[in-house]
Amino acid sequence: MRVEQFLRDSAQRFGDKVALVIGDARVTYRELDRASDRLAGALAARGIVRGDRVIVFMDNCREAVIAIFAALKAGAVFSPINPSTKADKLAYVINHCGARALITQDKLRAVASAALADAPSIALTVVAGAREPILSNAVSFEAALAADGAPPVSPGIDLDLAMLIYTSGSTGFPKGVMMTHQNVVAAATSITTYLENTADDVILNVLPISFDYGLYQVLMAVKVGATLVLEQSFAFPQKIFAKMKAERVTGLPLVPTMAAIILQMRDLQPNDFPHLRYITNTAAALPPAHIARLQALFPSARLYSMYGVTECKRCTYLPPQELARRPGSVGIAIPGTEAYVVDEHGARVAPGVVGELVIRGAHVMKGYWNDPEATARALRPGAFAWEKVLHTGDLFRADADGFLYFVARKDDIIKTRGEKVSPKEVENALYALPGIREAAVVGVPDPVLGLALKAVVAADPRAKLTAHDVIRHCARHLEDFMVPKLVEFRDALPKTESGKISRRLVAADSLEPAA
Amino acid sequence: MRADTERKVRKFIEDNFLFREDRAAIDDGESLIDAGLIDSTGVLELVAFLEGEFGLRMADAEIVPENLDSIRAIVRYVESKDAVAA
Repeated sequence: MRVEQFLRDSAQRFGDKVALVIGDARVTYRELDRASDRLAGALAARGIVRGDRVIVFMDNCREAVIAIFAALKAGAVFSPINPSTKADKLAYVINHCGARALITQDKLRAVASAALADAPSIALTVVAGAREPILSNAVSFEAALAADGAPPVSPGIDLDLAMLIYTSGSTGFPKGVMMTHQNVVAAATSITTYLENTADDVILNVLPISFDYGLYQVLMAVKVGATLVLEQSFAFPQKIFAKMKAERVTGLPLVPTMAAIILQMRDLQPNDFPHLRYITNTAAALPPAHIARLQALFPSARLYSMYGVTECKRCTYLPPQELARRPGSVGIAIPGTEAYVVDEHGARVAPGVVGELVIRGAHVMKGYWNDPEATARALRPGAFAWEKVLHTGDLFRADADGFLYFVARKDDIIKTRGEKVSPKEVENALYALPGIREAAVVGVPDPVLGLALKAVVAADPRAKLTAHDVIRHCARHLEDFMVPKLVEFRDALPKTESGKISRRLVAADSLEPAA
Repeated sequence: MRADTERKVRKFIEDNFLFREDRAAIDDGESLIDAGLIDSTGVLELVAFLEGEFGLRMADAEIVPENLDSIRAIVRYVESKDAVAA
């Protein structure tokens, strides 16, 4: 089965049902199916063919959902890019995967336009909400929808790539996780099974759909014929809660930062949300105290603690009935898959022993785009000669009943606000600031962010750099979540015996909590 | 009084949010969210500043764009709280 079939099936079964609620707008399944057919037709008519990469550089808007399904219906591979991405990184991704089309929106035109100057592979740009004059050689999204185009009859099979999800790599350059239609269908089927999703669900998503946790809210809602309430941000939780009541929301996906914000609110009452059936959390474990308070505030909702990596979408979930007994666990393998802990030789270890988490299942990626070395490190021979299994790079242990506990990452990747940040990528940006001689980026504990990014730098005193200068520079070159919150100046950074700057030694000196 | 409130609010926004962006100034009525200046943690920082600086206590229902999404809205909100307290 291919992913666009989710939409065709739901449009067939629930044509007049509301698929998306965005602001005051409502889009039915039939409308979403037709709009994506037309855009797919427009893409095909302009030369986009099976296997072409299509960048979707948009915020959480109706057009982004249409663009994703249109790319699939055209037989293409979509790659969603965070709307706070800057031009040089956008150009890097376009060039890395040789993307043929870019679908974006007017508010991002300045970044898109700057990236396109360095991205010769792009043959087609589609801009939603464009004011005149639109980018040179660009097509208006609205004009493409108005034309009566039709997608190709046979876009491909389910072994074809459906999407490339770029994720932070420890080298400082993002890696493109290759997911086939089969991978996506397997992950979406497994997750909607344990969440017991049905067409009666109303799921509220504020997470960016460029982030796989947010993206899958779209894919899974469409798969089961549920209604998705799509919001841009969690900046004003009161607005979100009003929406949850008005739309009778049944499912609320969270990351720990959102949970921390909810728990800082003063006037929420238990039972304010009687329709809420479940809450999910992933990206990092919730502190047990937060779990207890969320359960008290949302007594009707089952709370799912989950764990995942982009390379297989989701690894584990804790059945809600186990939460009281094992609040620190992220559970067991998701349905239809296996998750286990191995030693450095790949052999399974006994309960209680720390080792690397390995994942086996139809949801495991095909590798990293155009990066055979990184692929060989992640996908390695397993117990059977005929298959490879995913080495997550995360250290775990299991308890006597097989429930899994996150221990640490093997590499230096930092999780902040639920997103993965490569300290190397931030350091590369820091070194581009004149006056910076040495730089290391570490995570320091923060009650809301989980870890806050801290840049520890040694600067040339003649440059007279301030913390503001450093943060401003980063904000102009990195996505929002990668910008350090804190800056510390030192005369020199600690080094290893070989003379390399040691993030571990820097971190040991930086353990005071963030302000 | 109003000018003083506005000066403090503007200074806080400029010192904490505006410097991240590639721009020199912000209009009184400009949406801080649409301009990409504040996000969910930025709103928390803004609320903590207003409570500390002006001795307010913001109810959840007051933490809404109508009160916080532009310098003008923030000043109007702070002044309205002052009027109630006076």
